[in-house]
Amino acid sequence: MHPSTWLKADDTGLYCEPGEFYIDPMNEVATALVTHGHADHARAGHNSVYASSETLSIMQTRYGKDMAIHQHAVTLGKTIEFNDVKVTFYPAGHILGSTQILIEYAGYRVVVSGDYKRRHDPTCPPFEVVPCDVLITEATFGLPVFKHPPIEHEIEKLLHSLRVFPERCHLVGAYALGKCQRVILALRDAGYAKPIYLHGAQLKLCDLYKQLGIDLGELIPVSEVTDKKTLAGEIVIAPPSALADRWSRSLPNVRPVVASGWMQIRARAKQKNAELPLIISDHCDWPELLQTIEEVNPKEVWVTHGREDALMYQAEKMGFKARALSLVGYDEEEQGGD
Amino acid sequence: MEAFSNLLEQLYYTAGTKAKAQLIADYIANTPDPDRGWAIAAMAGTLRFDFFKRNTVKKLVTEHTDPALFAMSYDYVGEVSETVAHLWPHSEPADFLPSLTEVVETFASVSKQKVSETLANYLTIMTPAQRWALLKLGTRGLRIGVSARSIKQILADYGDKDIKEIETLWHAVHPPYVDMLRWLEGKAEKPDIENAVTFHPVMLSHPIEDSDIEAFTENTWQIENKYDGIRVQLVVKSSKAFNDRSIDSDTTNEDEPEKALFSRTGDDISHSFPDLLESVSGNMVLDGELLVIHNVEHGYDLSRESTAQGMTTGNTTSGKSDSQAWSTAQPDVDTFNALQQRLNKKKPSKALQSSAPVGLIVYDALVLNGEDLTEKTLKARRQALEKWFSENSNNRLFLSETLTATSSQSLRKLHAQVCQNRAVEGLMIKRLDSKYIPGRPKGKWFKWKRDPLVVDAVMMYAQRGHGKRSSFYSDYTFGAWEDNQLLPIGKAYSGFTDEELKKLDNWVRRNAVGRFGPVREVKKELVLEVAFDAVHPSSRHKSGVALRFPRIHRIRWDKPANEADTLANVKALIES
Repeated sequence: MHPSTWLKADDTGLYCEPGEFYIDPMNEVATALVTHGHADHARAGHNSVYASSETLSIMQTRYGKDMAIHQHAVTLGKTIEFNDVKVTFYPAGHILGSTQILIEYAGYRVVVSGDYKRRHDPTCPPFEVVPCDVLITEATFGLPVFKHPPIEHEIEKLLHSLRVFPERCHLVGAYALGKCQRVILALRDAGYAKPIYLHGAQLKLCDLYKQLGIDLGELIPVSEVTDKKTLAGEIVIAPPSALADRWSRSLPNVRPVVASGWMQIRARAKQKNAELPLIISDHCDWPELLQTIEEVNPKEVWVTHGREDALMYQAEKMGFKARALSLVGYDEEEQGGD
Repeated sequence: MEAFSNLLEQLYYTAGTKAKAQLIADYIANTPDPDRGWAIAAMAGTLRFDFFKRNTVKKLVTEHTDPALFAMSYDYVGEVSETVAHLWPHSEPADFLPSLTEVVETFASVSKQKVSETLANYLTIMTPAQRWALLKLGTRGLRIGVSARSIKQILADYGDKDIKEIETLWHAVHPPYVDMLRWLEGKAEKPDIENAVTFHPVMLSHPIEDSDIEAFTENTWQIENKYDGIRVQLVVKSSKAFNDRSIDSDTTNEDEPEKALFSRTGDDISHSFPDLLESVSGNMVLDGELLVIHNVEHGYDLSRESTAQGMTTGNTTSGKSDSQAWSTAQPDVDTFNALQQRLNKKKPSKALQSSAPVGLIVYDALVLNGEDLTEKTLKARRQALEKWFSENSNNRLFLSETLTATSSQSLRKLHAQVCQNRAVEGLMIKRLDSKYIPGRPKGKWFKWKRDPLVVDAVMMYAQRGHGKRSSFYSDYTFGAWEDNQLLPIGKAYSGFTDEELKKLDNWVRRNAVGRFGPVREVKKELVLEVAFDAVHPSSRHKSGVALRFPRIHRIRWDKPANEADTLANVKALIES
């Protein structure tokens, strides 16, 4: 039976009828399989949740220990069954704990990639190519204009700016889960050993990363700095929305920096009032999307949240059957850890 | 080319004139000649030619990329150069990029057939940011928020000179400005500009204070209308070929222009006003107001004849000192709005030139008949001007009318009276004994503007500002009532104190009802008393009006929104 008859997108999310579960549902459901911990994929209040142990920890950190009644930590690569449906989680390389999900039913293999990337990320194992009939891929950066430069290059831009503007507080807008820690680790890799200062919203998740054994170096909450003037020439990381917020006024001579894949587009960077845009993304850029389709080599590509048109066009040009799968609620802006 | 691309990249994202100036100064200090001079030319808009046309770029990219993917990308990115920069499919990064100078010289010398290929080769060895810089440079559309004026100021600061020196020099020196830069660094003499047509920094006025009005005495001041056009300087050096106009161009030096029209800040705006420039000859520097004047065409042929006659016969026949001769033709002046359609038009059509012809109301002369008058008093300069006007007839030049007042009281009366006329912006009051001193010397010249117009409007949208104001909602769109709905009539981001800004920001945050990107829609509850200089009809705005220089005059926390002005009230203020 073709997957389009038993795997469907509805107002809540992607529903597998024979297995009676949702993947990344937006509303509270009986059984939810969650690919990763970003807020637009992982919601609280489900009856049963299946996810990687890291993702469950992230959800507990955000929503409390009781974020779901039954919480099942899956083992990557180990198959579990829901009725006649076999489900296996594989690493997706997006953020800590992120997974793709292989669904096998009625002779078909479908991979729901969730959000993923192909670059090295010290916080998670790399994306695994899982052969399948249908690949459901995201297309957040699904236009050929998106080619993310190496992260080292972007971090060097930040360090250079610190040298040119030593009197300015470099306020980096970065999503609290994934992006923030990746920026910190890349700074450490580049030899930046000074303390990095954090907005309150970044604290809990950085603590979780540390508990899970990821060394982020010395981190200091901005709220513990009595004389904010001393933050001149320092790096402060905050959620992107805080750059425009009144909170930032207490910082000395702010240089607004934004770390996001969107920063490649000038108008987007300007719109965010970024003086220093850093193109750092936890998603695939265009060449990586094409690379993935080629390597996975499915019979069909279903394209979700993002610029579906261009990726479908390209997939068809490459000889794959392609269709758009409209999933609700995936917020490309500030939620999705772009 | 790397350094130039890096500079553009940083300028693009950096807000604030000061920070941009820092970046440019740093570039000039650390970049060798002649690269830095070409970069200055690119930023100041003095490059003489396009390296390639926009169409060449479009054609090239369609040949090298999938048109459907290009179209989808362009839809998203919204700008051709940036789309091409990202989408260019070939990448063979070079260890060393050609220098900016090499790029400029290559495109200057390459044959037409090879332009496209040359561009393609460059794009292939560059990063996206460098490609973007090249595309912007090559089509002369940098848009980095740095004006030619700022570049001059940066150069002045760099060489520790007065900006007036740079302004004087500017139109006589050419890219890549090696001589000028060496002079700024103290390594060479100041470039010689003796015979060039160049800008002379202008004398500016102060706003008049009440005490100045009270101190007014008769026979000490020259009083004139303050016209609502733009201040310009007309420089003409065509003294050589008076006998036959038709060979003028053959007898002047090489391709140096023999006349030019400059804005108040020394930008050459000649190309926009060929009608005015064609009509003048002589050897002079005139200071005046550029306006749309409808009776310039009147008797055009006739006046050209008489101009020619005036030139051939010199001073001998026009000795008939009829001091009234110049005043017989009163200029039929149109509004600033009418002039606006001529500003920034690089090549005005014949139709536009005839529907909105420009003329000059002359109020001062720095040089007349080749004689420098700047050391003379205003009184003497005025006499010289009157004499010149009586001897030379020109259909596009008008002598500024002088007005009289005998006491401070009659001056106030005069001000009230001239302000009735919407084509006049107020009064200019200048000391008769003032020499022509560039800059803004104290106590010499005063402007007395008309009182601003005000309306009570309702705040509709607010947008965050830039730089220091990036966390404040500081740009406000406001509207006036038509029936039961508000129509936006303008946008203002000045006129309030820092304290008031904090309060306004707070109000916006508490009363926001919608969001469109960086713009917040607010509850229609706060009345802003908006001041502005004029209202013009406008087909571009739904309200049908456009305000000139609107600013927040007062914040009416007390006033209910339904008592704000109607659109009809605003329209009633349109000048006829």
